[in-house]
Amino acid sequence: MTRLRSVAITVNNQEYKREVEPRMLLSDFLRHELGLTGTHVGCEHGVCGACSILFDGESARSCLMFAVQADGHAIRTVEGLSADEDHLHPIQQAFWEAHGLQCGFCTPGILMSLIPFLEKNLDPTEEEIRHALSGNLCRCTGYQHIVDAVKLAAERMR
Amino acid sequence: MTTRYFGKRIKRNEDPRLLTGRSLFVDDVDLPGMLHAAFVRSPYAHARIINIDVSQALKREGVVAVYIADDLGDYWKPGPLLVSPPPIADTVFNEKTQVPLAKDKVKFSGEPIVMVVAESRYIAEDALADIYVDYEPFSAVVDMEKALEEDSPLIHEDLGTNIAARVVQKKGDYESIKPDAALIIKRRFSYEHGCAAAMENRGVVAEWDRRSGRLTVWDTTQAPVVIRNGLADLLGLSERQVRVIAPFIGGGFGPKIMMFYQEEVLVPWVAIQLDRPVKWIEDRAENFVATTHERGQIHDAEAAFDKDGRILGVHDVFLHDTGAYDPYGLTVPLNSQANVLGLYDIKNYHSEFTAVFTNKTIVTPYRGAGRQHGVFVIERLLDLAAKELKIDRTEIRRRNFIPPDKFPYNNEIIYQDFVPLIYDSGNYEPLLDDALEKIDYHHFIKEIQPKLRAEGKHVGIGIVAYVEGTGIGPYEGAKVQVMSSGRVSVVTGVGTQGQGHFTSFAQIAAEQLGVPVDKIDVVTGDTDQFYWGAGTFASRGAVVAGNAIYEAARDVRKKILQVASEHFNAPEDELELFDGQIRVADVPRMSISLGELAKKANPTRGAVKPGTQPGLEATNYFGPERGATSSGIHAMIIEVDPETLQIHIQKYLVVHDCGKVINPLILDGQIHGGVAQGIGNAFYERLVYDDDGQLLNGTFMDYHLPSALDVPRIETAHGETVSPLNAMGVKGAGEAGAIPVGPLFAQALEDALHNVDLEILEIPLNSNRLWEIINDANNKGK
Repeated sequence: MTRLRSVAITVNNQEYKREVEPRMLLSDFLRHELGLTGTHVGCEHGVCGACSILFDGESARSCLMFAVQADGHAIRTVEGLSADEDHLHPIQQAFWEAHGLQCGFCTPGILMSLIPFLEKNLDPTEEEIRHALSGNLCRCTGYQHIVDAVKLAAERMR
Repeated sequence: MTTRYFGKRIKRNEDPRLLTGRSLFVDDVDLPGMLHAAFVRSPYAHARIINIDVSQALKREGVVAVYIADDLGDYWKPGPLLVSPPPIADTVFNEKTQVPLAKDKVKFSGEPIVMVVAESRYIAEDALADIYVDYEPFSAVVDMEKALEEDSPLIHEDLGTNIAARVVQKKGDYESIKPDAALIIKRRFSYEHGCAAAMENRGVVAEWDRRSGRLTVWDTTQAPVVIRNGLADLLGLSERQVRVIAPFIGGGFGPKIMMFYQEEVLVPWVAIQLDRPVKWIEDRAENFVATTHERGQIHDAEAAFDKDGRILGVHDVFLHDTGAYDPYGLTVPLNSQANVLGLYDIKNYHSEFTAVFTNKTIVTPYRGAGRQHGVFVIERLLDLAAKELKIDRTEIRRRNFIPPDKFPYNNEIIYQDFVPLIYDSGNYEPLLDDALEKIDYHHFIKEIQPKLRAEGKHVGIGIVAYVEGTGIGPYEGAKVQVMSSGRVSVVTGVGTQGQGHFTSFAQIAAEQLGVPVDKIDVVTGDTDQFYWGAGTFASRGAVVAGNAIYEAARDVRKKILQVASEHFNAPEDELELFDGQIRVADVPRMSISLGELAKKANPTRGAVKPGTQPGLEATNYFGPERGATSSGIHAMIIEVDPETLQIHIQKYLVVHDCGKVINPLILDGQIHGGVAQGIGNAFYERLVYDDDGQLLNGTFMDYHLPSALDVPRIETAHGETVSPLNAMGVKGAGEAGAIPVGPLFAQALEDALHNVDLEILEIPLNSNRLWEIINDANNKGK
């Protein structure tokens, strides 16, 4: 059995200390060690973006990192966006109103990619939004309502 | 004043849960003591298994059990045939269904051979590497035509052939009209539809409760009720002992209704054997080979036209790749056969197909389910004829449309639901006119395009038409109940994979009961709550389950009126339902909430009249005599870079008719998503196999799903011919966006590259393939 390593990772402002195998993926750590199952896993090779999280404020693929690499770092997942279903983040609210999701599987990753994008640019063009979304695959929506949702969110957050 | 809920753009009930990451998907199920399964899959497409050595794996710490086919005993048997062959005379059908674990021989790369169960998925996968399988590789059967040659290797030796099925269907007499034709167009078309690539891979979790004798299975299935009944049968349990839950599913698109996948058979069995919960979650690499595809057909088709471009008849002979097994029967090729007829008045039709076994992943329906292949054939034949006869491509379609006074229109062939293909209603010319106007067709071809061409731009337009057979039987059911809280519960047996059922189904009940949509809780996909029905497929959820909900909600409405009439001592026609209340019209103080009324309808003391049924609840069912036929036009303006052959879609339009619309917002989403998948199919996605039957591009880096940069803004518009086959007048819409995109691309690209004498007879394309086709055309011209 591989030697376990101690990690201390801050997730959604709460510090978690765990013993993990060095090979444990960060996505598996979040989902199965911490029970934060809002982060989804779609391809495990870094293309689909469903597992995107914020790593020290930057969007990152949690399936392409090991949990040990997150030791001492701050992570934010979709569960950290809002307190509950009645108090949605403006991005979540905009996705709801613009029908920016269908099956909802890719949605948490898309939201976590958009947070840093909108932090930098609250007046994006459609072209910029589509570029920002191009690292996340969605098989249901054809992206149009997602683009509309991002525009709406930006408008509200300005 | 009654509030309307039906037909409104209402935002979805299910979204807050999904947006906050608090919804349950199968991989989110976490049970105490849960074990994890992983599978050794064949690296060969076709090979004899000489020996399997699992001894090292069993020694690994954390491995609980390892199973090969022989370890399954009597449980090892070929899976059930999901769709039986159609009642068409002289049909040949060789039934070969998949086995839980390959024994003796593997028939496609990715076929499971060994199941490992361990304390964690990591350990289970470590143990896969401990297992040694000796193979004797055989030549693989990859190409459909070669598969039918005398000396081809056989996949199922006992059949003596690689033919899976042969079906001939006829309408009129094609040969008799051929001499009258002014023009005959004959071509070979090849059409491949790839893999569904739902963002969520498949998964199964099973828990056996020994004390209650009950099995609970969480499954990424589109048909939980059928899985429950099938599992009970396989495991020797009664249906009441099995609960199947299809929670939130991360996209279905067809392959999640294949039944039974090997893992679906094995994981529940092993959970009982080991008396511990077991989870298996597919990874993407497995998904590319183990989850079903749709793939390809080759059509040798001809059409006879009169001098005005009217179709006299169509003759089509095609091969259909069914993969290594054929558990889903002939649904896909039957759909192709039907869709060659399109929305055209074709009086003479001869169609025959041969389904062929190949050493590849099993083929089952994927959004469109063979309709794409048929639509491609007829739309291309029309384009080629229009060119020969110098008739405008939209005009040749118009001339051949079934006229509105000919409905119901009998196509005189048998459809995938085994009843004659009769279109219930339709009116196609207004859809075409609307499309021409919205894309500004005549202005574009007369003025804009010549101007752009003069500037050296390669800009083309395409316009194609299609029908979509939807809402087929057999039936679905629903239970509607007013809770004592005043909330309304709507329960149905279908599964849901993102179609917005929690909202559209609620709208149907809301309309009947006068209860706001957000006060209605829809439950789908839990067989403990409802255990009748067939599943979500063939664009049938809104039509079949929707109408069952409509009927049940109407029954509840009647009951509410009856109980309230007694309560208020007022005639029913003076009562009105509004905002969760029932009241005597114009007497504000005579009002009661539906929750209070529900309590009154469930007395716990005293006597009731004989025949009284408690509560405000009803269950009802809906089974259409046949499917409802949607229709539409897709139009597109595309620019092609002549150097790189990269494309830029400038405009995309869908004019669609699916009868009455329940929620236009959800409908638009369905169409956008369908078009995106259609664009993927037409220009980006191709499953590439080598001669050994190896899939060469089984990752998202090599198999390109369209991104937000590849899918344009899609404009939608709607016609409305109601279906006479159901009370709501609805037709299905789930597949509409995806169906005609292939021929649309072919037509628009030929138009854009008008300087090349180009015929596009195949899908999928991509820039590289387009370059090859152009080179071939140029070389031919020399």
